[in-house]
Amino acid sequence: MSNDARTEHDPFVALQDSPEFADLRSRFRRFVFPMTGLFLAWYFLYVLLSVYASDFMSTKVFGNINVGLLLGLGQFVSTFVITILYVRWADREFDPRAAALATTIGDDHR
Amino acid sequence: MSAPTIAALVPAATNVGSPALNITIFGVFVLITLGIVIRASKNNRSAADFYAGGRAFTGRQNGIAIAGDYLSAASFLGIAGAIALNGYDGFLYSIGFLVAWLVALLLVAELLRNAGKYTMADVLSFRLRQRPVRMAAAISTLAVCFFYLLAQMAGAGGLVALLLGIDKKSGQSLVIAVVGVIMIAYVLIGGMKGTTWVQIIKAVLLIIGAAVMFVWVLSKFGLNLSHLLGEAVTESGGKKVLDPGLQYGKSGLTKLDFISLSLALVLGTAGLPHVLMRFYTVPSSKEARKSVEWAIWLIGIFYLFTLVLGYGAAALVGPKAIAAAPGKANSAAPLLAYELGGELLLGLISAVAFATILAVVAGLTITASASLAHDIYNSVIKEGTASAEEEVKVARITAVVIGILAIFGGILANGQNIAFLVALAFAIAASANLPTILYSLFWKRFNTRGALWSIYGGLITALTLIVFSPVVSGKAPVAPLKTSASMITDPTVDFHWFPLDNPGIVSIPLAFILGWLGTVTSKEYNAAKYAEMEVRSLTGHGAEKATSH
Repeated sequence: MSNDARTEHDPFVALQDSPEFADLRSRFRRFVFPMTGLFLAWYFLYVLLSVYASDFMSTKVFGNINVGLLLGLGQFVSTFVITILYVRWADREFDPRAAALATTIGDDHR
Repeated sequence: MSAPTIAALVPAATNVGSPALNITIFGVFVLITLGIVIRASKNNRSAADFYAGGRAFTGRQNGIAIAGDYLSAASFLGIAGAIALNGYDGFLYSIGFLVAWLVALLLVAELLRNAGKYTMADVLSFRLRQRPVRMAAAISTLAVCFFYLLAQMAGAGGLVALLLGIDKKSGQSLVIAVVGVIMIAYVLIGGMKGTTWVQIIKAVLLIIGAAVMFVWVLSKFGLNLSHLLGEAVTESGGKKVLDPGLQYGKSGLTKLDFISLSLALVLGTAGLPHVLMRFYTVPSSKEARKSVEWAIWLIGIFYLFTLVLGYGAAALVGPKAIAAAPGKANSAAPLLAYELGGELLLGLISAVAFATILAVVAGLTITASASLAHDIYNSVIKEGTASAEEEVKVARITAVVIGILAIFGGILANGQNIAFLVALAFAIAASANLPTILYSLFWKRFNTRGALWSIYGGLITALTLIVFSPVVSGKAPVAPLKTSASMITDPTVDFHWFPLDNPGIVSIPLAFILGWLGTVTSKEYNAAKYAEMEVRSLTGHGAEKATSH
């Protein structure tokens, strides 16, 4: 059941069905989904360690700096690194392809 | 000056700093920003101008404004105070607040910018039935904004107690009202453009202020972090402030509560309506990406500063003096400023903290009023027939109403822990908004029933669990106080049955499940609209452009 009576000549449907668009979508998802899984797993590992392995996290590494503090700072580092990687990937790999596909529709259909 | 001297000063709160100086510095800030807001408002004609600042901000400007919007009083005062009193467990807050930005960067910001216009509901209702979904999205927007507003206004009350030496509730209420009135003026005159400039100025001041204190604290300990941490432990009377568990490690229940909080923090940011709305103030998805990149750097660096400020406050001011101060944990950062740079630095830092509250509250107010005017008034009541002028007029009126409600709410919430109230707003955002945002961007089959079940289910569950949690009633009194640590301070009132403070661990998964269940039990599916949304969100085709004047 559809609540929109557009025909199959819809330019958006046509583009969505094209192999070029499928390629763009899968490139995007192949980058962002694993990356999301990775940082969420690393974050929750850190949270669980802090909660259930506080002895391990309290282990002193040098001076008063313990494992917990280092892993916490590691969360900052990983966040910065993922940001840099994603922005570089999106600027170089994704934007040119997305822009090329956007022009194939031509005028603004709205 | 050493910790005991401050402790001696604290009971007479008026002695910490000079109220006249604090008010003067704050007054100068208000005058300068009002001037800028009035200048910025000259071109505030269309709806795109009022709601989205003409979409003419650059990625960098918007990134700084996002940092200004996000680094609320909870971040600055709340986290520094939490680290000063609870050590490592306070640090955990800031990590959740930061990592959460990756959800926004990778999954939400750009797609949302491409597919939407002014509000979160624009995207959620894109391929679903407009009126019911917009209504639901607007209601959850208002709920999140309300809790967030409460947190900020409560922070204003605590700050006033400390900085202006106003101990009486009536005096504090008056100052909360003044903050509310100034904020209404910003929003009415400046719209999104003015609000954005206030946030940019405030973010720059806040980050510079924190940086100065960061360097100052570290230099007191020979630039040796380990030495600073050691002093913090000594001043805390040997409490294990460097190890996890001081606040959340007490029992199995508090551990579970912390996991619930972590879930809400990391999934909440990308569902905060006032953050999402900021992505419409830039001309393209590429600039939206750049905004988040800037925001992540600024917010991350700021939280690294607060780590040192928190432990610095523990080492230099002492947890006892902080806990005894009128603003309790929230006063750790201002007390540290006083300890380092005397009256002048305290005045500057307090003015920045006030500015912080002002800027965040203005951002929340414009988001809530945009949602009321654009989603409820125009789309639901007028079925899309209202003109842009009518819509903006309604938005201005609702901004005033919301401002007045915020003033009363703030007076009632005065004294509550702000980092904690913000965490509840995050839990509601993660439950009511994020599942529907992700489903509608990534799940082909998603439909109206799924959205409604997920939004209302997540919202109602989160709110119900909060009402019946120990946050509202039934917490044991903490010595030496005889009043309950809950919102209802009468220890004989106890109607809580949900054991955790934060509802996230129940309400977030439930909202995801409800979204799925609603979708698979309904046959509705709009192929053409989904095609349009997916193509537009990924390629940027037909995305709203910047207005030019």
